Amino acid sequence: MNNTRFSFFPMQASTFASQVDWLTITLLILCCIICLIVFGLILFFGIRYRNGSPHSRKIEKQNQQTVEWSWTVGTLVLFLALFTWSTVIYFQMHAPPSDSSEIWVVGKQWMWKFQHSTGKREINELHVPVGKPILLTMTSQDVVHSFFVPAFRIKQDVLPGRYSRTWFEATKTGEYHLFCSQYCGTMHSDMRGKVIVQSQSDYQNWLQSNPPIKIPTLYNRLGCANCHDRTSAIRAPSLIGIFGKRETLSDGSTILVDENYLRESILNPQAKIVKGYPPVMPSYAGQLNEEDILDLIAFIKAQKATQENDPRNSQ
Amino acid sequence: MTQEIANDSVNPSSKNYLNQETTIKSWLLTTDHKRIGLLYLVSITFFFLIGGAAATLIRVNLMTPEGALLSADTYNKTFTMHGVIMVWFFLIPSIPNVLGNFLVPMMIGARDLAYPKLNLASWYIYIIGGMFTFITIIAGGVDTGWTFYTPYSTLFSNSFVIATATGVFITGFSSILTGLNFIATIHRMRAPGLTWFRLPLFLWAIYSTSVILVLATPILAITLILIALERIFKIGVFDPSLGGDPLLFQHLFWFYSHPAVYIMILPGMGVISEVITCFSRKRIFGYKFIAFSSVAIAALGFLVWGHHMFVSGQSVYAGIVFSFLSFLVAIPSAIKVFNWTATLYKGRISYTTPMLYVLGFIGLFTVGGLTGLFLAAMAVDVHVHDTYFVIAHFHYIMVGGMVSAYLAGIHFWWPKISGRLYPEFWGRLAALLLFFGFNLTFFPQFLLGYLGMPRRYHNYPPEFQVLHVMSTLGASILAVGYLLPIFYLLWSLRYGRKASKNPWGATGLEWQAATPPPQFNFHSTPFVTEDPYCYLNEALTEIDFKPQGEVHD
Repeated sequence: MNNTRFSFFPMQASTFASQVDWLTITLLILCCIICLIVFGLILFFGIRYRNGSPHSRKIEKQNQQTVEWSWTVGTLVLFLALFTWSTVIYFQMHAPPSDSSEIWVVGKQWMWKFQHSTGKREINELHVPVGKPILLTMTSQDVVHSFFVPAFRIKQDVLPGRYSRTWFEATKTGEYHLFCSQYCGTMHSDMRGKVIVQSQSDYQNWLQSNPPIKIPTLYNRLGCANCHDRTSAIRAPSLIGIFGKRETLSDGSTILVDENYLRESILNPQAKIVKGYPPVMPSYAGQLNEEDILDLIAFIKAQKATQENDPRNSQ
Repeated sequence: MTQEIANDSVNPSSKNYLNQETTIKSWLLTTDHKRIGLLYLVSITFFFLIGGAAATLIRVNLMTPEGALLSADTYNKTFTMHGVIMVWFFLIPSIPNVLGNFLVPMMIGARDLAYPKLNLASWYIYIIGGMFTFITIIAGGVDTGWTFYTPYSTLFSNSFVIATATGVFITGFSSILTGLNFIATIHRMRAPGLTWFRLPLFLWAIYSTSVILVLATPILAITLILIALERIFKIGVFDPSLGGDPLLFQHLFWFYSHPAVYIMILPGMGVISEVITCFSRKRIFGYKFIAFSSVAIAALGFLVWGHHMFVSGQSVYAGIVFSFLSFLVAIPSAIKVFNWTATLYKGRISYTTPMLYVLGFIGLFTVGGLTGLFLAAMAVDVHVHDTYFVIAHFHYIMVGGMVSAYLAGIHFWWPKISGRLYPEFWGRLAALLLFFGFNLTFFPQFLLGYLGMPRRYHNYPPEFQVLHVMSTLGASILAVGYLLPIFYLLWSLRYGRKASKNPWGATGLEWQAATPPPQFNFHSTPFVTEDPYCYLNEALTEIDFKPQGEVHD
């Protein structure tokens, strides 16, 4: 690793990095050409037509409209090409591959907290495997933060009250800066960390070492099973296989069960009631912090429907 | 004694707007648009110096990675004050309220603005708003950034958010009233013969700016009220824990603040058009294209606010529309630059101080505008958003561009304003210092931004230090470039050479009035007979221009 060398470009360590850099370099070359033309002409006219110079000032008949429209349309065409190119990359940045592994992120004044799929947690350090797409689902405990890794060329604001996502695939092992780039208060510039990209086997070893302390799952502590278990007396929707399903609501509309809907249903259960169920669930707002909610959602997501436990098979 | 005699020989009627009355009361209660322009000149210079002092503290602090000079909290308050003061108390009122006030009636051959008393009220409202903000600084400051992002500003900040917002809110009314006044004046009070397409391009720019001032500023007022309501009464508008939406604030704020960016550059473009044609001794190239590009910027400027939110979590499809419109809004600016360049062709160019500022403007504005393309391209914006790249981009336009244009205008019209000539050598020196100092300050910030240095950081990883030190060095040169004009312009008030009526041989009606102008500008109503900018580039005679109209003194 050669961190000390001065370079005009930051390190490239994700699949996006070279794509973004190529667009930047193209823009840079185009801008230099435009600057050379404009500044070159200004310099040339400025010297040739300085006051007192002998050159003729007689202006031959010129078609001003043609000149005006050609540089207007020329600029437009150039801009359309740049717009299309950049939009294609932007789309990819918002389309995580379906085989991404998921990591949960909570931003709070002034630290980053991460939780891996195994439940392993870390603060201000994020270990990820190289060559594997990683999907980050992020929320904030307080104000707006922004997750920024220059070497990956990704940035995404992290908002309170909802989940935002970004993804990347690291291409090079090493340690990279992680910055909060949205001003978030007094210690904003200390809300920094590092992303540690490891080989896949190193990452697996790291995940296994110091396994997370088993905490009593919130699901049991809060008594969710009393209603949501299939055998319970009070009827509530079964959570098995519910994630990603489309549910019909009491007003007849349908909704995709995603992270944001689950979060809302925990904090404000009366907002969207699944059709056929009584609106009896109490709100858990104020009892859970953002990490607890992420734990619960991770738990619900893990309740995959199988042949045996799928409620639809055992009526 | 000899001075008084000289004065008489230049201006036989001897009574002008400066010496008509000389009491302090006559200044504080004046309704003369020229005097009100000068009141603004003094007050915005005061705020520029405070904002500049904040910038100095920021740059010194960033000399070392640890941010040794200021504590984190003080640093945050300093950059907030720098932004608030420079945006609302210097840049927005700079050209419109100083040069606009002085020139709008004179350029159209009117005695004053449409509503002279309202004009004075605008200045008092500005001062009251300014004092609110000034007192906030003394009381302890505010640390939200000039953008007041929620929910930080509404529920988390422990500083004087409401007091600052009130100052900005009050000053907004000054902007609205001035905008209204200019619109009414330009519509109703043009001299006979002065059709819309004979208006100097400065007035097209001021007119477009006024439309933005009147339409956009109320949105800011509403947004600031909502912040106060959430902060005081905990009404959930923006904070999700109260049922609000933080992105709503960003939409509202940028719906004002993006058009406001054009308030901060359009008037500058107007000045450039006036000065470049005069010192090229040639008609402006593409009058209608330049005029309509001002209108196009004002209109399109309202539709691009979402390009501040490409990484905020707004919908991908909204992002695509905003990106497309942002590329479109760059076209009218490009048209202007091309037309100014073409104006130089076969001109007879002389390099006075205003012209040097104009050429500096074109250079800095072109770089600022082109780097805007990087930000309109969403894939690149994701990387450079909220970094020093953005800081460099908008300083190139608003400080490099607008302040250069403002100084070009101040020097160009200084003879008319003060009746004296500024010292040419010092003027040119200041213009060159500004250009080089500016580039040294802000060019390294493009590199810093692409390398990943986030904005609003009080300390930073050590690999960024070299570029920060370069930037600070540049800033000290830039500071000299800004301070010099204050000294030599003040000096010229007493010791400068007396100016004749039209020292540049310019065509505008304002140059047909006496120097300095009498209280009501013209002794009789001017009659406009010519298009603007009748400079005869082929003529080799002494008189190489036709004034836009006839004025009988």
